[in-house]
Amino acid sequence: MDLHGFGHLLLAGTWVTLKLAFVSLVFGLLLGLLGALAKRSSFFPLRWVGNLYTTLMRGLPELLLVLLIYFGTSQLLELTFGVYVEISAFAAGVAALSIAFGAYATEVFRAALQELPKGQVEAAQALGLSPWQTFWHVMLPQLWRLALPGLGNLFLVLLKDTALVSVIGLEDIMRQAYVASGYTKLPFTFYLAAAGIYLTLTIVFMQLLGWLEKRAGRGHLEASR
Amino acid sequence: MDWIYALSDWLQALAAGNEPWNSYARYLPQLLEGAWLTLKLVVLSGIVGILLALPLALMRTSKNPWLWSFPYAYIFFFRGTPLLVQIYLVYYGLSQFESLRSLGWLWDEVLSQPYWCAIITFSLHTAAYIAELFRGAIQSVPRGEIEAAMAVGLSRRQQYQKIILPRAFGMILPAYGNEVILMLKGSALASTITLLDLMGATRNVISRTYMNLEFFLMAGVIYLLIAALFIGCFRLLENYFNAHQKATHLPTGKLDVQVQDEHLKDTAR
Repeated sequence: MDLHGFGHLLLAGTWVTLKLAFVSLVFGLLLGLLGALAKRSSFFPLRWVGNLYTTLMRGLPELLLVLLIYFGTSQLLELTFGVYVEISAFAAGVAALSIAFGAYATEVFRAALQELPKGQVEAAQALGLSPWQTFWHVMLPQLWRLALPGLGNLFLVLLKDTALVSVIGLEDIMRQAYVASGYTKLPFTFYLAAAGIYLTLTIVFMQLLGWLEKRAGRGHLEASR
Repeated sequence: MDWIYALSDWLQALAAGNEPWNSYARYLPQLLEGAWLTLKLVVLSGIVGILLALPLALMRTSKNPWLWSFPYAYIFFFRGTPLLVQIYLVYYGLSQFESLRSLGWLWDEVLSQPYWCAIITFSLHTAAYIAELFRGAIQSVPRGEIEAAMAVGLSRRQQYQKIILPRAFGMILPAYGNEVILMLKGSALASTITLLDLMGATRNVISRTYMNLEFFLMAGVIYLLIAALFIGCFRLLENYFNAHQKATHLPTGKLDVQVQDEHLKDTAR
Protein backbone atom coordinates (compact mmCIF):
# COMPACT_ATOMS: atom_id res chain seq x y z
CA MET A 1 0.00 0.00 0.00
CA ASP A 2 1.40 3.40 -0.98
CA LEU A 3 1.15 5.72 2.01
CA HIS A 4 2.70 8.78 0.26
CA GLY A 5 5.25 9.33 3.02
CA PHE A 6 2.66 9.37 5.81
CA GLY A 7 3.67 5.96 7.16
CA HIS A 8 5.81 7.41 9.94
CA LEU A 9 2.87 9.51 11.16
CA LEU A 10 0.78 6.38 11.52
CA LEU A 11 3.60 4.75 13.46
CA ALA A 12 3.87 7.77 15.75
CA GLY A 13 0.10 7.49 16.24
CA THR A 14 0.46 3.81 17.09
CA TRP A 15 2.86 4.70 19.89
CA VAL A 16 0.38 7.25 21.31
CA THR A 17 -2.44 4.69 21.09
CA LEU A 18 -0.36 2.11 22.95
CA LYS A 19 0.63 4.58 25.68
CA LEU A 20 -2.98 5.61 26.13
CA ALA A 21 -4.15 1.99 26.28
CA PHE A 22 -1.56 0.91 28.85
CA VAL A 23 -1.88 3.91 31.15
CA SER A 24 -5.69 3.50 31.08
CA LEU A 25 -5.27 -0.21 31.75
CA VAL A 26 -3.30 0.44 34.95
CA PHE A 27 -5.84 2.92 36.34
CA GLY A 28 -8.74 0.83 35.09
CA LEU A 29 -7.47 -2.31 36.84
CA LEU A 30 -7.11 -0.33 40.06
CA LEU A 31 -10.65 1.04 39.74
CA GLY A 32 -11.97 -2.42 38.91
CA LEU A 33 -10.34 -3.99 41.95
CA LEU A 34 -11.61 -1.22 44.24
CA GLY A 35 -15.07 -1.52 42.67
CA ALA A 36 -15.18 -5.27 43.25
CA LEU A 37 -14.05 -4.90 46.86
CA ALA A 38 -16.64 -2.15 47.37
CA LYS A 39 -19.38 -4.33 45.92
CA ARG A 40 -18.50 -7.18 48.25
CA SER A 41 -18.03 -4.95 51.27
CA SER A 42 -20.13 -5.53 54.37
CA PHE A 43 -20.57 -1.76 54.68
CA PHE A 44 -23.71 -0.96 52.68
CA PRO A 45 -22.91 2.61 51.45
CA LEU A 46 -19.80 1.17 49.78
CA ARG A 47 -21.88 -1.53 48.09
CA TRP A 48 -24.28 1.16 46.97
CA VAL A 49 -21.47 3.26 45.47
CA GLY A 50 -20.08 0.20 43.69
CA ASN A 51 -23.44 -0.65 42.18
CA LEU A 52 -24.09 2.92 41.12
CA TYR A 53 -20.67 3.09 39.46
CA THR A 54 -21.10 -0.05 37.37
CA THR A 55 -24.73 0.61 36.46
CA LEU A 56 -24.12 4.18 35.31
CA MET A 57 -20.83 3.68 33.53
CA ARG A 58 -21.91 0.59 31.64
CA GLY A 59 -24.93 2.43 30.26
CA LEU A 60 -23.18 5.59 29.08
CA PRO A 61 -21.49 5.83 25.68
CA GLU A 62 -17.70 6.01 25.99
CA LEU A 63 -17.71 8.96 23.59
CA LEU A 64 -19.98 10.87 25.96
CA LEU A 65 -17.61 10.10 28.81
CA VAL A 66 -14.61 11.32 26.81
CA LEU A 67 -16.33 14.58 25.84
CA LEU A 68 -17.85 15.12 29.27
CA ILE A 69 -14.50 14.79 30.98
CA TYR A 70 -12.58 16.81 28.39
CA PHE A 71 -14.99 19.73 28.15
CA GLY A 72 -16.82 19.34 31.44
CA THR A 73 -13.81 19.27 33.76
CA SER A 74 -12.58 22.65 32.57
CA GLN A 75 -16.00 24.12 33.17
CA LEU A 76 -16.25 22.50 36.59
CA LEU A 77 -12.85 23.85 37.62
CA GLU A 78 -13.82 27.29 36.38
CA LEU A 79 -17.08 27.19 38.33
CA THR A 80 -15.48 26.03 41.58
CA PHE A 81 -12.09 27.76 41.56
CA GLY A 82 -12.70 30.57 39.09
CA VAL A 83 -9.66 29.70 36.97
CA TYR A 84 -9.80 28.31 33.46
CA VAL A 85 -7.63 25.21 33.17
CA GLU A 86 -7.51 23.28 29.95
CA ILE A 87 -6.79 19.63 30.60
CA SER A 88 -4.83 17.67 28.01
CA ALA A 89 -6.57 15.33 25.62
CA PHE A 90 -4.35 12.51 26.86
CA ALA A 91 -5.33 13.01 30.50
CA ALA A 92 -9.01 13.26 29.61
CA GLY A 93 -8.70 10.12 27.51
CA VAL A 94 -7.01 8.19 30.30
CA ALA A 95 -9.65 9.29 32.78
CA ALA A 96 -12.58 8.38 30.51
CA LEU A 97 -11.18 5.07 29.32
CA SER A 98 -10.08 3.89 32.75
CA ILE A 99 -13.46 4.77 34.27
CA ALA A 100 -15.21 2.78 31.54
CA PHE A 101 -12.73 -0.11 31.77
CA GLY A 102 -13.00 -0.12 35.56
CA ALA A 103 -16.77 -0.53 35.47
CA TYR A 104 -16.54 -3.69 33.39
CA ALA A 105 -13.45 -4.91 35.26
CA THR A 106 -15.40 -4.58 38.52
CA GLU A 107 -17.78 -7.27 37.30
CA VAL A 108 -14.92 -9.52 36.18
CA PHE A 109 -13.12 -9.19 39.52
CA ARG A 110 -16.35 -9.71 41.43
CA ALA A 111 -17.08 -12.94 39.56
CA ALA A 112 -13.49 -14.07 40.14
CA LEU A 113 -13.75 -13.30 43.86
CA GLN A 114 -16.90 -15.38 44.01
CA GLU A 115 -15.16 -18.31 42.37
CA LEU A 116 -12.30 -18.17 44.85
CA PRO A 117 -12.80 -21.12 47.22
CA LYS A 118 -13.86 -19.87 50.65
CA GLY A 119 -11.49 -22.33 52.31
CA GLN A 120 -8.52 -20.37 50.97
CA VAL A 121 -9.43 -17.28 52.98
CA GLU A 122 -10.32 -19.33 56.04
CA ALA A 123 -7.01 -21.17 55.83
CA ALA A 124 -5.16 -17.86 55.59
CA GLN A 125 -7.00 -16.57 58.66
CA ALA A 126 -6.30 -19.79 60.52
CA LEU A 127 -2.60 -19.28 59.81
CA GLY A 128 -2.89 -15.85 61.41
CA LEU A 129 -2.39 -13.71 58.30
CA SER A 130 -3.69 -10.17 58.54
CA PRO A 131 -6.55 -9.13 56.18
CA TRP A 132 -4.03 -7.26 54.02
CA GLN A 133 -1.68 -10.26 53.88
CA THR A 134 -4.61 -12.52 53.06
CA PHE A 135 -5.55 -10.26 50.19
CA TRP A 136 -2.04 -9.73 48.86
CA HIS A 137 -0.54 -13.22 49.23
CA VAL A 138 -3.55 -15.53 49.00
CA MET A 139 -6.42 -13.90 47.14
CA LEU A 140 -4.72 -11.69 44.55
CA PRO A 141 -2.47 -14.35 42.93
CA GLN A 142 -5.44 -16.68 42.49
CA LEU A 143 -7.67 -13.84 41.35
CA TRP A 144 -5.20 -13.15 38.57
CA ARG A 145 -5.74 -16.60 37.04
CA LEU A 146 -9.54 -16.44 37.36
CA ALA A 147 -9.88 -12.88 36.08
CA LEU A 148 -7.33 -12.97 33.26
CA PRO A 149 -9.56 -14.22 30.41
CA GLY A 150 -12.23 -11.60 31.17
CA LEU A 151 -9.70 -8.82 31.63
CA GLY A 152 -8.00 -9.81 28.38
CA ASN A 153 -11.23 -9.33 26.44
CA LEU A 154 -11.77 -5.99 28.16
CA PHE A 155 -8.27 -4.89 27.20
CA LEU A 156 -8.99 -5.64 23.54
CA VAL A 157 -12.15 -3.52 23.84
CA LEU A 158 -10.12 -0.77 25.52
CA LEU A 159 -7.58 -0.85 22.70
CA LYS A 160 -10.34 -0.17 20.19
CA ASP A 161 -11.98 2.47 22.37
CA THR A 162 -8.77 4.51 22.34
CA ALA A 163 -9.79 5.57 18.81
CA LEU A 164 -12.52 7.74 20.42
CA VAL A 165 -9.93 10.04 21.96
CA SER A 166 -8.99 11.18 18.45
CA VAL A 167 -12.31 13.08 18.49
CA ILE A 168 -10.84 15.50 21.07
CA GLY A 169 -7.63 15.89 19.06
CA LEU A 170 -5.22 13.38 20.57
CA GLU A 171 -2.80 12.41 17.82
CA ASP A 172 -3.33 8.68 17.87
CA ILE A 173 -3.63 6.31 14.89
CA MET A 174 -7.09 7.59 13.95
CA ARG A 175 -6.15 11.26 14.13
CA GLN A 176 -3.05 10.71 11.99
CA ALA A 177 -5.08 8.77 9.43
CA TYR A 178 -7.57 11.65 9.39
CA VAL A 179 -4.82 14.22 8.83
CA ALA A 180 -3.11 12.12 6.16
CA SER A 181 -6.35 11.49 4.29
CA GLY A 182 -7.03 15.23 4.36
CA TYR A 183 -3.72 15.95 2.62
CA THR A 184 -3.75 13.13 0.12
CA LYS A 185 -7.51 12.86 -0.57
CA LEU A 186 -7.17 9.13 -0.13
CA PRO A 187 -9.42 8.47 2.88
CA PHE A 188 -10.08 4.80 2.12
CA THR A 189 -6.38 3.99 1.86
CA PHE A 190 -5.52 5.62 5.17
CA TYR A 191 -8.47 4.38 7.19
CA LEU A 192 -7.80 0.89 5.85
CA ALA A 193 -4.16 1.26 6.93
CA ALA A 194 -5.39 2.36 10.37
CA ALA A 195 -7.71 -0.66 10.49
CA GLY A 196 -4.74 -2.85 9.56
CA ILE A 197 -2.71 -1.46 12.47
CA TYR A 198 -5.57 -2.08 14.92
CA LEU A 199 -5.97 -5.62 13.60
CA THR A 200 -2.24 -6.27 13.96
CA LEU A 201 -2.26 -4.94 17.53
CA THR A 202 -5.30 -7.10 18.31
CA ILE A 203 -3.57 -10.22 16.97
CA VAL A 204 -0.36 -9.48 18.88
CA PHE A 205 -2.21 -8.90 22.15
CA MET A 206 -4.37 -11.99 21.65
CA GLN A 207 -1.21 -14.09 21.36
CA LEU A 208 0.27 -12.38 24.40
CA LEU A 209 -2.89 -12.96 26.42
CA GLY A 210 -2.98 -16.61 25.40
CA TRP A 211 0.58 -16.97 26.67
CA LEU A 212 -0.24 -15.12 29.92
CA GLU A 213 -3.29 -17.30 30.51
CA LYS A 214 -1.25 -20.44 30.03
CA ARG A 215 1.36 -19.12 32.40
CA ALA A 216 -1.17 -18.03 35.02
CA GLY A 217 -2.86 -21.40 34.90
CA ARG A 218 0.24 -23.59 35.01
CA GLY A 219 -0.09 -24.60 38.68
CA HIS A 220 -3.74 -25.28 38.14
CA LEU A 221 -3.23 -27.37 35.02
CA GLU A 222 -0.58 -29.51 36.68
CA ALA A 223 -2.82 -30.13 39.66
CA SER A 224 -5.78 -31.20 37.54
CA ARG A 225 -3.77 -33.49 35.29
CA MET B 1 -43.24 15.50 17.38
CA ASP B 2 -45.33 18.60 18.19
CA TRP B 3 -45.82 17.54 21.79
CA ILE B 4 -42.11 17.97 22.45
CA TYR B 5 -42.34 21.63 21.45
CA ALA B 6 -45.50 22.09 23.47
CA LEU B 7 -43.66 20.64 26.45
CA SER B 8 -40.73 22.94 25.78
CA ASP B 9 -43.00 26.00 25.54
CA TRP B 10 -44.66 25.09 28.80
CA LEU B 11 -41.31 24.59 30.54
CA GLN B 12 -40.04 27.88 29.14
CA ALA B 13 -43.11 29.67 30.46
CA LEU B 14 -42.43 28.02 33.82
CA ALA B 15 -38.80 29.19 33.75
CA ALA B 16 -40.05 32.73 33.01
CA GLY B 17 -36.77 33.85 31.49
CA ASN B 18 -34.65 32.69 34.41
CA GLU B 19 -31.32 31.27 33.26
CA PRO B 20 -30.16 28.55 33.15
CA TRP B 21 -33.66 27.00 33.31
CA ASN B 22 -34.79 28.88 30.24
CA SER B 23 -31.96 27.40 28.14
CA TYR B 24 -32.63 23.90 29.45
CA ALA B 25 -36.27 24.14 28.44
CA ARG B 26 -35.46 25.77 25.14
CA TYR B 27 -32.97 23.15 23.93
CA LEU B 28 -34.67 20.06 25.36
CA PRO B 29 -36.61 19.38 22.12
CA GLN B 30 -33.36 19.17 20.15
CA LEU B 31 -32.02 16.55 22.55
CA LEU B 32 -35.24 14.55 22.37
CA GLU B 33 -35.27 14.64 18.59
CA GLY B 34 -31.67 13.44 18.73
CA ALA B 35 -32.76 10.64 21.04
CA TRP B 36 -35.42 9.66 18.51
CA LEU B 37 -32.78 9.42 15.77
CA THR B 38 -30.54 7.36 18.08
CA LEU B 39 -33.44 5.02 18.77
CA LYS B 40 -34.11 4.62 15.04
CA LEU B 41 -30.43 3.92 14.31
CA VAL B 42 -30.15 1.30 17.04
CA VAL B 43 -33.41 -0.51 16.32
CA LEU B 44 -32.89 -0.59 12.57
CA SER B 45 -29.28 -1.78 12.75
CA GLY B 46 -30.21 -4.27 15.47
CA ILE B 47 -32.80 -5.85 13.16
CA VAL B 48 -30.66 -5.77 10.00
CA GLY B 49 -27.73 -7.02 12.09
CA ILE B 50 -29.48 -10.13 13.32
CA LEU B 51 -30.79 -10.88 9.81
CA LEU B 52 -27.25 -10.67 8.41
CA ALA B 53 -25.84 -12.63 11.32
CA LEU B 54 -27.91 -15.76 10.73
CA PRO B 55 -26.48 -16.71 7.31
CA LEU B 56 -23.01 -15.69 8.49
CA ALA B 57 -23.27 -17.98 11.51
CA LEU B 58 -24.63 -20.88 9.45
CA MET B 59 -21.73 -20.52 7.02
CA ARG B 60 -19.31 -20.19 9.91
CA THR B 61 -20.42 -23.50 11.44
CA SER B 62 -19.99 -25.33 8.12
CA LYS B 63 -17.05 -27.71 7.74
CA ASN B 64 -16.39 -26.62 4.16
CA PRO B 65 -13.45 -24.15 4.14
CA TRP B 66 -14.95 -22.30 1.15
CA LEU B 67 -17.98 -21.56 3.27
CA TRP B 68 -16.49 -20.77 6.66
CA SER B 69 -13.50 -18.70 5.57
CA PHE B 70 -15.53 -15.67 4.45
CA PRO B 71 -17.52 -15.24 7.68
CA TYR B 72 -14.34 -15.96 9.63
CA ALA B 73 -12.50 -13.08 7.96
CA TYR B 74 -15.58 -10.85 8.16
CA ILE B 75 -16.07 -11.43 11.87
CA PHE B 76 -12.36 -11.03 12.52
CA PHE B 77 -12.21 -7.68 10.73
CA PHE B 78 -15.31 -6.18 12.34
CA ARG B 79 -14.47 -7.38 15.84
CA GLY B 80 -10.80 -6.45 15.59
CA THR B 81 -11.09 -2.83 14.46
CA PRO B 82 -12.69 0.16 16.18
CA LEU B 83 -16.21 1.14 15.13
CA LEU B 84 -14.87 4.64 14.46
CA VAL B 85 -12.53 3.30 11.74
CA GLN B 86 -15.41 1.38 10.20
CA ILE B 87 -17.76 4.36 10.09
CA TYR B 88 -15.02 6.58 8.62
CA LEU B 89 -14.19 3.91 6.02
CA VAL B 90 -17.80 3.88 4.85
CA TYR B 91 -18.61 7.58 5.09
CA TYR B 92 -15.31 9.23 4.10
CA GLY B 93 -13.52 6.27 2.51
CA LEU B 94 -15.98 5.27 -0.20
CA SER B 95 -15.78 8.69 -1.90
CA GLN B 96 -12.23 7.79 -2.94
CA PHE B 97 -13.61 5.51 -5.65
CA GLU B 98 -14.68 7.25 -8.82
CA SER B 99 -16.67 4.19 -9.90
CA LEU B 100 -18.84 4.39 -6.76
CA ARG B 101 -19.46 8.12 -7.14
CA SER B 102 -20.83 7.58 -10.63
CA LEU B 103 -23.44 5.09 -9.46
CA GLY B 104 -26.19 7.71 -9.69
CA TRP B 105 -29.12 7.15 -7.36
CA LEU B 106 -27.34 4.62 -5.16
CA TRP B 107 -24.54 7.10 -4.49
CA ASP B 108 -26.62 10.28 -4.19
CA GLU B 109 -29.37 8.90 -2.01
CA VAL B 110 -27.64 6.17 -0.01
CA LEU B 111 -23.85 5.93 0.04
CA SER B 112 -23.19 9.64 0.41
CA GLN B 113 -25.85 10.13 3.09
CA PRO B 114 -24.57 10.05 6.68
CA TYR B 115 -27.82 8.44 7.87
CA TRP B 116 -27.50 5.42 5.58
CA CYS B 117 -23.74 5.20 6.10
CA ALA B 118 -24.38 4.96 9.84
CA ILE B 119 -27.08 2.30 9.37
CA ILE B 120 -24.84 0.28 7.02
CA THR B 121 -21.83 0.47 9.32
CA PHE B 122 -23.72 -0.31 12.51
CA SER B 123 -25.54 -3.23 10.87
CA LEU B 124 -22.34 -4.76 9.49
CA HIS B 125 -20.60 -4.18 12.82
CA THR B 126 -23.25 -5.66 15.07
CA ALA B 127 -23.84 -8.54 12.62
CA ALA B 128 -20.27 -9.72 13.22
CA TYR B 129 -20.79 -9.82 16.98
CA ILE B 130 -24.23 -11.46 16.76
CA ALA B 131 -22.94 -14.05 14.27
CA GLU B 132 -20.35 -15.07 16.82
CA LEU B 133 -23.09 -15.40 19.47
CA PHE B 134 -25.20 -17.47 17.07
CA ARG B 135 -22.27 -19.73 16.26
CA GLY B 136 -21.67 -20.45 19.92
CA ALA B 137 -25.36 -21.14 20.47
CA ILE B 138 -25.77 -23.39 17.42
CA GLN B 139 -22.76 -25.41 18.50
CA SER B 140 -24.05 -25.78 22.04
CA VAL B 141 -27.51 -27.10 21.21
CA PRO B 142 -27.43 -30.36 23.20
CA ARG B 143 -26.35 -33.28 21.04
CA GLY B 144 -29.24 -35.36 22.41
CA GLU B 145 -31.84 -32.97 21.00
CA ILE B 146 -30.37 -33.25 17.52
CA GLU B 147 -30.20 -37.03 17.84
CA ALA B 148 -33.83 -37.06 18.97
CA ALA B 149 -34.73 -34.96 15.92
CA MET B 150 -32.92 -37.43 13.67
CA ALA B 151 -34.62 -40.31 15.43
CA VAL B 152 -38.08 -38.94 14.66
CA GLY B 153 -37.02 -38.62 11.02
CA LEU B 154 -36.59 -34.87 10.57
CA SER B 155 -34.52 -33.86 7.56
CA ARG B 156 -31.40 -31.70 8.01
CA ARG B 157 -33.42 -28.64 6.99
CA GLN B 158 -36.25 -29.45 9.39
CA GLN B 159 -33.76 -30.02 12.19
CA TYR B 160 -32.49 -26.46 11.70
CA GLN B 161 -35.95 -24.98 11.28
CA LYS B 162 -37.72 -26.71 14.13
CA ILE B 163 -35.03 -27.57 16.66
CA ILE B 164 -31.61 -26.00 16.28
CA LEU B 165 -32.41 -22.41 15.30
CA PRO B 166 -35.29 -21.84 17.74
CA ARG B 167 -33.11 -23.25 20.53
CA ALA B 168 -30.15 -21.13 19.45
CA PHE B 169 -32.36 -18.04 19.30
CA GLY B 170 -33.55 -18.60 22.85
CA MET B 171 -29.98 -19.08 23.98
CA ILE B 172 -28.59 -15.90 22.41
CA LEU B 173 -31.47 -13.66 23.49
CA PRO B 174 -29.86 -12.34 26.72
CA ALA B 175 -26.52 -11.82 24.95
CA TYR B 176 -28.32 -10.16 22.02
CA GLY B 177 -29.83 -7.76 24.54
CA ASN B 178 -26.34 -6.88 25.76
CA GLU B 179 -25.24 -6.44 22.17
CA VAL B 180 -28.06 -3.97 21.51
CA ILE B 181 -27.02 -1.95 24.59
CA LEU B 182 -23.43 -1.91 23.28
CA MET B 183 -24.79 -0.76 19.92
CA LEU B 184 -26.71 2.01 21.69
CA LYS B 185 -23.44 3.20 23.20
CA GLY B 186 -21.66 2.81 19.88
CA SER B 187 -24.36 4.76 18.05
CA ALA B 188 -22.98 7.94 19.64
CA LEU B 189 -20.30 7.72 16.93
CA ALA B 190 -22.95 8.73 14.40
CA SER B 191 -22.27 12.26 15.64
CA THR B 192 -18.76 12.07 14.14
CA ILE B 193 -20.20 11.89 10.63
CA THR B 194 -22.38 14.99 11.13
CA LEU B 195 -25.57 13.19 12.17
CA LEU B 196 -27.68 14.90 14.82
CA ASP B 197 -28.33 11.85 16.96
CA LEU B 198 -28.55 12.36 20.72
CA MET B 199 -24.78 12.89 20.95
CA GLY B 200 -24.70 15.11 17.85
CA ALA B 201 -27.65 17.20 18.99
CA THR B 202 -26.04 17.61 22.40
CA ARG B 203 -22.78 18.80 20.90
CA ASN B 204 -24.73 21.14 18.67
CA VAL B 205 -26.61 22.66 21.61
CA ILE B 206 -23.39 23.00 23.61
CA SER B 207 -21.69 24.85 20.75
CA ARG B 208 -24.44 27.47 21.11
CA THR B 209 -24.88 27.61 24.87
CA TYR B 210 -21.38 26.70 26.19
CA MET B 211 -23.14 24.71 28.90
CA ASN B 212 -20.91 21.63 28.63
CA LEU B 213 -21.62 19.91 31.92
CA GLU B 214 -25.36 20.40 32.03
CA PHE B 215 -26.17 19.19 28.55
CA PHE B 216 -23.70 16.29 28.56
CA LEU B 217 -25.22 15.14 31.85
CA MET B 218 -28.72 15.56 30.42
CA ALA B 219 -27.70 13.46 27.41
CA GLY B 220 -26.26 10.90 29.80
CA VAL B 221 -29.57 10.62 31.63
CA ILE B 222 -31.41 10.15 28.32
CA TYR B 223 -28.94 7.45 27.25
CA LEU B 224 -29.51 5.65 30.54
CA LEU B 225 -33.28 5.88 30.08
CA ILE B 226 -33.04 4.42 26.56
CA ALA B 227 -30.81 1.63 27.90
CA ALA B 228 -33.38 0.91 30.62
CA LEU B 229 -36.10 0.81 27.95
CA PHE B 230 -34.16 -1.77 25.93
CA ILE B 231 -33.41 -3.86 29.01
CA GLY B 232 -37.14 -3.89 29.84
CA CYS B 233 -38.08 -4.93 26.29
CA PHE B 234 -35.57 -7.75 26.30
CA ARG B 235 -36.79 -8.99 29.66
CA LEU B 236 -40.29 -9.30 28.15
CA LEU B 237 -38.90 -11.09 25.09
CA GLU B 238 -36.94 -13.48 27.30
CA ASN B 239 -40.01 -14.28 29.35
CA TYR B 240 -41.83 -15.09 26.14
CA PHE B 241 -39.18 -17.13 24.31
CA ASN B 242 -37.53 -18.82 27.27
CA ALA B 243 -40.72 -19.63 29.19
CA HIS B 244 -39.64 -23.28 29.43
CA GLN B 245 -36.82 -22.29 31.77
CA LYS B 246 -39.32 -20.91 34.23
CA ALA B 247 -41.20 -24.20 34.56
CA THR B 248 -41.57 -25.12 38.21
CA HIS B 249 -42.52 -28.32 39.93
CA LEU B 250 -45.93 -28.66 41.45
CA PRO B 251 -45.87 -28.08 45.15
CA THR B 252 -45.64 -31.73 46.08
CA GLY B 253 -47.15 -31.16 49.51
CA LYS B 254 -50.58 -30.72 47.96
CA LEU B 255 -50.41 -33.98 46.05
CA ASP B 256 -51.71 -37.31 47.20
CA VAL B 257 -49.08 -38.92 49.41
CA GLN B 258 -49.14 -41.93 47.10
CA VAL B 259 -47.85 -39.92 44.12
CA GLN B 260 -45.43 -37.67 46.00
CA ASP B 261 -42.01 -38.05 44.54
CA GLU B 262 -39.27 -38.13 47.17
CA HIS B 263 -36.56 -36.48 45.12
CA LEU B 264 -38.77 -33.55 44.06
CA LYS B 265 -39.36 -32.41 47.62
CA ASP B 266 -36.25 -30.24 47.85
CA THR B 267 -36.74 -28.57 44.52
CA ALA B 268 -40.42 -27.73 44.98
CA ARG B 269 -40.94 -23.98 45.05
